Amino acid sequence: MLAAVPRLAEPYYITLVLPAFAYGIALLGFNLLFGYTGLLSFGHALFVAIGAYGAAVLSSKLGVRSFELIVLIAGLAAVVAAIPVALLSVRYVRIFFGILTLAFGMLFHSFLFKFYDITGGDTGIRVLRPSLFGNDFKELDKIAFMIGPFYYYCLALLVLLGLVMWRIVHSPFGLHLAAIRENPRKALFLGVRVRLFRFIAFLISAFYCAVGGAILAINIGQADPELAYWTHSGELVFMTVLGGFANFFGPLVGAFSFIFLKSELMGATQYWRFFLGVTLVLIVVLFPRGLIGLAQDLWSKARRQ
Amino acid sequence: MRQVRSALIETVGIGKAYGDFVALQDVSLSIAEGELVSIVGPNGAGKTTFVNVITGLLKPTAGVVRFKGNDIAGIGPVMLAKRGMARAFQLVHIFPAMTVAETIAVAVLSQTGKSLRLFGSVKSDEALRSRVREVAAIFGLEGKLEAESRLLAQGEKKLLDIASAFALAPEVILLDEPTSGVSSADKHSIMKTLIDAGERAGVKAIILVEHDMDLVAEYSSRIVALQGGKVLADRPPRNSSAMLRSSLPWWASSSASGRGRTDRCSPSSASPSISRTAES
Repeated sequence: MLAAVPRLAEPYYITLVLPAFAYGIALLGFNLLFGYTGLLSFGHALFVAIGAYGAAVLSSKLGVRSFELIVLIAGLAAVVAAIPVALLSVRYVRIFFGILTLAFGMLFHSFLFKFYDITGGDTGIRVLRPSLFGNDFKELDKIAFMIGPFYYYCLALLVLLGLVMWRIVHSPFGLHLAAIRENPRKALFLGVRVRLFRFIAFLISAFYCAVGGAILAINIGQADPELAYWTHSGELVFMTVLGGFANFFGPLVGAFSFIFLKSELMGATQYWRFFLGVTLVLIVVLFPRGLIGLAQDLWSKARRQ
Repeated sequence: MRQVRSALIETVGIGKAYGDFVALQDVSLSIAEGELVSIVGPNGAGKTTFVNVITGLLKPTAGVVRFKGNDIAGIGPVMLAKRGMARAFQLVHIFPAMTVAETIAVAVLSQTGKSLRLFGSVKSDEALRSRVREVAAIFGLEGKLEAESRLLAQGEKKLLDIASAFALAPEVILLDEPTSGVSSADKHSIMKTLIDAGERAGVKAIILVEHDMDLVAEYSSRIVALQGGKVLADRPPRNSSAMLRSSLPWWASSSASGRGRTDRCSPSSASPSISRTAES
């Protein structure tokens, strides 16, 4: 269905689907930590930004055009950056974990903002069009590239990383993460190395967020400090809750509905932030299991009748 | 000397002080293969501290604690499980949203070295599944494998908690009031299940912290009474009960509360029948 979108929809909507792919990938990782391990991070925009700046630096400063290399290097850079953050953060849970990750996110934001010579300050760094499997599609203009080859490339990446994540959450590793979420003390006495598992889950989530960030940056054509700002971390949480964090597909649903909801609201009213807030409140109060949970309830109700 | 050599757990002159408060003082004892040792004593006697020391959770301030000849002072729960000792707590610890099978699988997997496999499959692991069924069957949970833990009856939750500890295939298991919150009629069937499970799972020694003196007297091979952080008595049940009964008021009272069990299970029935009305 998503593969048919470029042929059916207007280019404007197709450019919206791309960020939805990007956030879909990022949230798959984010939810491994949140929904599966029970750790709510308020700083994961940090890793999205690392992915975006990675794509920017590699493409416009180091001349790396291969998108495969960009994704891999940006992802690994995020993993390396995540090591100290995770080492410190996974010692804590709940609000303390949230605040620590928030602090690291803000630290990186001010680094991007202040170190003008390296990061371009508030204007950021331009991101150049990458090549896909060595093909740079010179014959296509920017829009044609985005809604053509790049679109399918990102869709394939989403499917691939989705399958990998599906395997991870259904593996022994994933089962241990669930045990840690449900009762970390009991998990310890069953021989589960709680901190090590949290640490690894954190690194995986950072990788996914960076891959999402790289796609996002290419879509925008620019990496700027707003990507690392705490409200962006908040949006990651918003999307996950909107879709439903208890379900594997919740974050994907959340990413797509958030992007389209935001775009429709922005087109309809200048008070779109207010309406987004109201939506979040309604979701949390009325449908704590998110849109997926709502759909499941409606489905089971329809079947009973 | 022979006794020391065959000891599974051995403490020598254990002391634990919190600032000025002395919780344990010069506790030396050894627990050998084949024993079911009950730790008894009034509140504040040092039971919890002692149990925390011999399970490597607390570092003693004096003395040595060894498990199978190795020092285990303060090694923590993960290493403890690896070395072969499991522990279940008085309050029920379960994974509410996980099924019975998943809960037991966590314990089985954590000891196999498969736990860090990111791309393995839990569902298609036949060896794991049969081991999970085997453990569940010992505790009469084989019909509930796919039930979510939070939906189990209180007694079943308790059994699942203990079953997951047995799933670690421990040599020694420490049970903190395994029958608390269970009706007195069912206490005996739980104790029988536990002892039966211990034998079937190859557990070499069971340590019990228990308030119900009828249970203690009936099932222990040895009773260790603590008071004021010291060992007051350490002997087989028949010898100790008369002496303790006369000297300790809490013994008599807690013993009386466990009386009147006319509806006891017959000794031949080892299957647990947990009362659904039992509350903790």
